[in-house]
Amino acid sequence: MEYKTNSKYPISHIIGFFLSLLLTFAAVFVALEAQLSFTIVMWIIGSLAVLQAGLQLFMFMHVTEGEDGKTNIINMAYSAFVAIVIVAGSVWVLTSGHAAH
Amino acid sequence: MSANVNTSLPLEYQTEQSRLNILGFWIFLGAEIVLFATLFAVYGVLGERYANGPTPNDIFKLKDVMIETLLLLTSSFTCGLAVFEMRRHRLKGLLTWLIVTLLLGIGFLFVEINEFIHYVHEGATMQTSAFLSSFFVLLGTHGAHVTFGIIWAVMIIIQLIQRGLTPVTARKTFIISLYWHFLDVVWIFIFTFVYLKGMVG
Repeated sequence: MEYKTNSKYPISHIIGFFLSLLLTFAAVFVALEAQLSFTIVMWIIGSLAVLQAGLQLFMFMHVTEGEDGKTNIINMAYSAFVAIVIVAGSVWVLTSGHAAH
Repeated sequence: MSANVNTSLPLEYQTEQSRLNILGFWIFLGAEIVLFATLFAVYGVLGERYANGPTPNDIFKLKDVMIETLLLLTSSFTCGLAVFEMRRHRLKGLLTWLIVTLLLGIGFLFVEINEFIHYVHEGATMQTSAFLSSFFVLLGTHGAHVTFGIIWAVMIIIQLIQRGLTPVTARKTFIISLYWHFLDVVWIFIFTFVYLKGMVG
């Protein structure tokens, strides 16, 4: 039930913005400069993307605030779960089937 | 509308109606996540079927992608500042940051449309390959959302100028701010799983 109203400066927004910039440039560096294998690169930049999406949800969108904060968290967590099942499931089924035959 | 008014809360949360509207919008965003997930799934499956056409490495340009990413990320930040000003009951600050957000959003669209025109001139159209069909559908759906968000925000700004800050206009502003942040969340995944993935190898 906490609302961010009384602070004089939008500190959480500024921190969120700089962390987002940092994560964006870190992803570019890992993908294009660091000489890593494709699989490792995808795992690292995928994790960075999830982190940055979390930053947006918590520091910009205040997903936990209000009397429905818990509902929002469950809703977002379930949506993320469905999204992962759809994307990873489709890619898994349709590519492993192709490769096996 | 007037039932259950709690004036100790921020304007946009003061009425039961507003709280339900905001909750409803979060549920809509849950559905939007699933919509985009299906498009990412299509791209994930078809994204390497080039049909002898251009590959991501042939057409993606890091500079354009970075400009788009930074414009949208900054617009998400300024949109957050707009809501921050709204919570301090400063209409002028709210309007200023909303307009900055809009300009950044228009800048993003401008760069993205130019990018697409450039691709088409290089022979990379929707009809070229499964990679490009799924690419344009995913990116086009996101771009259409941004376009709709800009039109929506213009109408909210007009209402704010006409009616000032009320529990109703505050709730409407808060809801479009959620929508706008969500568009940046989707872009983070496009940036990572379309552009960066395409430029790695």
